[in-house]
Amino acid sequence: MLEAAGIGIGHYLTVGAILFTLGVFGIFINLKNIIVILMSIELILLAVNLNFVAFSAQLGDLAGQVFALLILTVAAAEAAIGLAILVIFYRNRGTIAVEDVNSLKG
Amino acid sequence: MTSDLLSFAYLAPAYPELLLAVGAIVLLLGGVFFSENRSTGISVLSILLIIAVIGVSIWQPAEGVLFNGGFIVDGFARYMKFLVLGGSAFALILSTSTAKAFGLDKFEYSILVLLATLGMMVMVSANDLMTLYVGLELQSLALYVVAAIRRDDPKATEAGLKYFVLGALSSGLLLYGASLIYGFTGLTQLDQIVGAIAGSQRSIGLIFGMVFLLAGVAFKISAVPFHMWTPDVYEGAPTPVTAFFASAPKVAAMALIIRIVTVPFGPVTDDWQQVVVFLSIASMVLASFAAIGQNNIKRLLAYSSIGHVGFALVGLSAGTAVGVEGVAVYMAIYVGMTVAMFAALLSLRTENGFVETIPQLAGLAQKRPFVAAIIAIVMFSFIGLPPLAGFFAKWQVFLAAIDAQLFALAIIGMLASAVSAFYYLRIVKVMYFDEPQSEFAAAPAELTAVMAVTGFLIVTYFVTVGSPLYNAAHAAAGSLF
Repeated sequence: MLEAAGIGIGHYLTVGAILFTLGVFGIFINLKNIIVILMSIELILLAVNLNFVAFSAQLGDLAGQVFALLILTVAAAEAAIGLAILVIFYRNRGTIAVEDVNSLKG
Repeated sequence: MTSDLLSFAYLAPAYPELLLAVGAIVLLLGGVFFSENRSTGISVLSILLIIAVIGVSIWQPAEGVLFNGGFIVDGFARYMKFLVLGGSAFALILSTSTAKAFGLDKFEYSILVLLATLGMMVMVSANDLMTLYVGLELQSLALYVVAAIRRDDPKATEAGLKYFVLGALSSGLLLYGASLIYGFTGLTQLDQIVGAIAGSQRSIGLIFGMVFLLAGVAFKISAVPFHMWTPDVYEGAPTPVTAFFASAPKVAAMALIIRIVTVPFGPVTDDWQQVVVFLSIASMVLASFAAIGQNNIKRLLAYSSIGHVGFALVGLSAGTAVGVEGVAVYMAIYVGMTVAMFAALLSLRTENGFVETIPQLAGLAQKRPFVAAIIAIVMFSFIGLPPLAGFFAKWQVFLAAIDAQLFALAIIGMLASAVSAFYYLRIVKVMYFDEPQSEFAAAPAELTAVMAVTGFLIVTYFVTVGSPLYNAAHAAAGSLF
């Protein structure tokens, strides 16, 4: 099926790797906004899901898709908790800029 | 295949987890029904629930593999679960006695600790990448909230935010590794992956997957270079929460890393050994130097815990049953020392709040000789002076490393241990030789009891708990090899 259009597992893995790298760099190089960090985390999880589903189709094995569903569910819970923590942080500090997350260091 | 769920008796190995899950939900409902002022009652019930779970694991020592191979209960899992449950119970005792002062008098706090403990138990018993992930996330999601539970405190919320971002990143790394392992073996069950690896030529994709997986777990045990969240979170979170973070989750994540490297990647010891040796050396060296400049006791303890993880990984680097045994003993002793240290820290209250920095400890030996003695014992034990417990912990892991011909690692470890003696001894010096500056309020009786028990065990380790603990760790390590 996948091979018919000339698109193989390698292409999916490449897209997954690019998305994953973008996500990781989004967390570390991002200098502006914590919301962008949350988006980067979602990007990483989606890259992983893409990997799982591509491998699942390639191997003809359902376990990868079950795994992907679990990740989607947990990612939703994770995003909810992340946003909740961000909201209380904003209430206390009045900012969500990355450069202001600096009261703890040593 | 018949379903595992057909009979209740079939679930016997999972009774402790089931009891904890049901108990946590019942307590949550109880907390909601009986308005706000029930936080102390709920925490006491939570402690009793954990004790009941420990009782069930003792009297129902069933072992086996459940849920289509996703969940395994063996000697190793049972040993680590006792440590996790013990760490959580002590952390709850510490937080209950000081809940008001730290703003932890909300019933949700104990429920979240219980849920995190449940997640840790699932992690310890995980035999499938999916169970591993779900257990890890159950633990982490509860811990993110616990870190930020003082929602009106800017420091605590910042700690929660940092913990969340780096924790989520580590889950992402772990999952990426899991996806590669799945893709290159077609399997998610840990004890089947070993067959796929042993049978074929190891592929580069698989090794990549393993490294990502290890990096994800290294975040959770806070091994260098994945440690940067630890000092900030330890400092920002309320002290009882820090006590919890430093004990049970470390044990669970360490159990996870042990199971990952010994079960599925047992045949490729050479490959993961390099990674573990690197994590170990980096943790030991960085922790001993970075802690020297710290003035805040909680930050210092964060670096100290990073260092201890490094020492424990020395045992794992050996890749042998003796090494795993050493790590198991090390983690048990580490939990005991951590609980003693935090109990002492929480019992020191001045008119300006709880003691947070090292200069505030000045002259403690004159004002509160018992607490000062406990802190001194823990410090000497952290250094590893015989006959205290910390000596035997280090002895075991270094012996395992030397058995496995890892001489350089053992020597670097001993040097790092010597450097770390500097900052531990500084605390002792401040307590015993500086002039007192402030008065301390009386400590709650529970904290004194916890300090007395743990202090006694640390001092008399060799004659009391030493040999039963060693035998238990021996049996636990034996079930993995």
